[in-house]
Amino acid sequence: MARYKAQLQSKGPLFTSPDCNAAREYFRSKPKGMVNKVMSVSDAVAQFVSDGDYLASGGFGGDRIATAVMHEIVRQNKRGLGLAGHTTTHDFQILCAGNQTGRGQLLKRVDSAYIVGLEARGLSPHARRVMQSGEVEVCEWSNYTLALRFQAAAMGVPFLPARSLAGSDTFRHSAAVQITCPFTGETLIAVPALWPDVAAIHVHEADHYGNCRIRGTSVADWHVARAAKKLIISCERLIDNDEIRRDPTVTVIPFYCVDAVCEVRFGSYPGNMPYEYFSDEEHLRQWLVAEAGVDSYREFLDRFLFGIQDFAEYLEVCGGAQRLEELRNEELMV
Amino acid sequence: MPEFNSMEMMICAAARLIDDGAMVVVGTGAPCAASMLAQKTSAPNLTLMFEAGGVGPLLQRMPISVGDSRTFHQGLMATSMGDVMETCQRGLVDYTFLGGAQIDMFGNLNSTRIGADHQQPTVRFPGSGGANDLGSLCWRILVITPHDRRRFTERLDFITTPGFLDGPGAREKAGLPPGTGPYKVITNLAVMEFHEQSKRMQVESLHPNVMLDEVQANTGFELLVKEPLGRTPTPDDEQLRVLREEVDPQRYIIGRG
Repeated sequence: MARYKAQLQSKGPLFTSPDCNAAREYFRSKPKGMVNKVMSVSDAVAQFVSDGDYLASGGFGGDRIATAVMHEIVRQNKRGLGLAGHTTTHDFQILCAGNQTGRGQLLKRVDSAYIVGLEARGLSPHARRVMQSGEVEVCEWSNYTLALRFQAAAMGVPFLPARSLAGSDTFRHSAAVQITCPFTGETLIAVPALWPDVAAIHVHEADHYGNCRIRGTSVADWHVARAAKKLIISCERLIDNDEIRRDPTVTVIPFYCVDAVCEVRFGSYPGNMPYEYFSDEEHLRQWLVAEAGVDSYREFLDRFLFGIQDFAEYLEVCGGAQRLEELRNEELMV
Repeated sequence: MPEFNSMEMMICAAARLIDDGAMVVVGTGAPCAASMLAQKTSAPNLTLMFEAGGVGPLLQRMPISVGDSRTFHQGLMATSMGDVMETCQRGLVDYTFLGGAQIDMFGNLNSTRIGADHQQPTVRFPGSGGANDLGSLCWRILVITPHDRRRFTERLDFITTPGFLDGPGAREKAGLPPGTGPYKVITNLAVMEFHEQSKRMQVESLHPNVMLDEVQANTGFELLVKEPLGRTPTPDDEQLRVLREEVDPQRYIIGRG
């Protein structure tokens, strides 16, 4: 009969410091003026993403993701990044295109809750090659505990307790710590705060200063936006500051969290954007098929990512206005 | 008797296990199909929740991602992942539906890796996603999975999501909420439950035309058998009509049966 040793200690690597005073010092020094932060995606990535940074990606893998920013990070050949993989699906697929394709190593360390899969669509062959190669250091989490790490960071405290992870190998390969509740004596799992160096979040609307509106589920983005030391926002539409002030109840991310605002219509493509357009399942399938072989994947990446100028050209290559109209109809179920 | 394939059998059997008025967090694929079917037939007051924040949708089309906009289509709330998980942690959520690459006799699940070296596994799978949280925090875990020796294995390479760990009392000892754990395993061959004292998997009912030795032959560990052993009810005409016409008209899921 199978017997498993009770798991009391974890042994996964902790990639980022949970020091809340160091985070306070950083946020104290951050510029807080209400200034125009609108810029191009390429300028935002050049300015705010550095080699070695720890990155967080907003949305939910293939839903409301900052595709344009992810493409640009790969295209600018950033190296040695860390990544929070809280249900990263197509975004992970994009970022690991910088590994094992002969262009240097983009991902170096990954906090993993969900990686290499695209949910009902299947597993990414290339992401598996990368994660089975041993070149990316990995620490295990679950979706909630990784979200809770952002929540601790957003709260400005070094950890938060949870009741999941306990007893599993997911815990053993995490960097969480088992603690005893000082009030009840309950066994709890403490997860360390995670302040990413930079995060990219795609939203529906933002003003020039970075006040943002999101429709549909917020996933973990309320906390990711507040935890991130630098935050790049891409938005479907720029709106006037008067419009933000007309109804402040729907502002989800305030300007003082934001460093760059990039207007990218269809910026989550081929992902889903609630109330705007559905995911392009044909293109995502094409991507998975191309990944099966190393050579076919290189050709695919040259055609869709490295060989093109910007996201507008990507949308054109993928079928342009006609395809986007179809996805809009699919989303609105017309 | 109506004709149906093994996937339709599995989905209809799973749908019957969910009681009306319950709250359930579901994933995509067969679990979602079973929940949609339950909502449209036997459990109209079922509250569906999705881990990315979708609450109470009236599902029209099958979600492809547990975060896509279909998961809150005509829903009651589009909230956050933390809110959904914390609703489970507070004890409000009755069921979750999970899958996995491997399952053992205590209902522990592996969806992380095959191979011994964690940094360089033989096969890397996605990992927990929300499964560890949902399997830790919801009251009852339902598992839907095809039945073969590769999946039903003596020892897991990795416990992604805790079942009963190594037996009675182990979940509570590890710090997991008391009274939680695996409830049923629904496969293409049978419905399994967990023995009350030993917490080991036991066959509760065989699907039509399935023999017990066939179930054991496709399982890599010794199964217990419930006395008396039941027969899983066959899908009825209404279930099959709704499943084929409303839940999965494109046959994304049932086409695999």
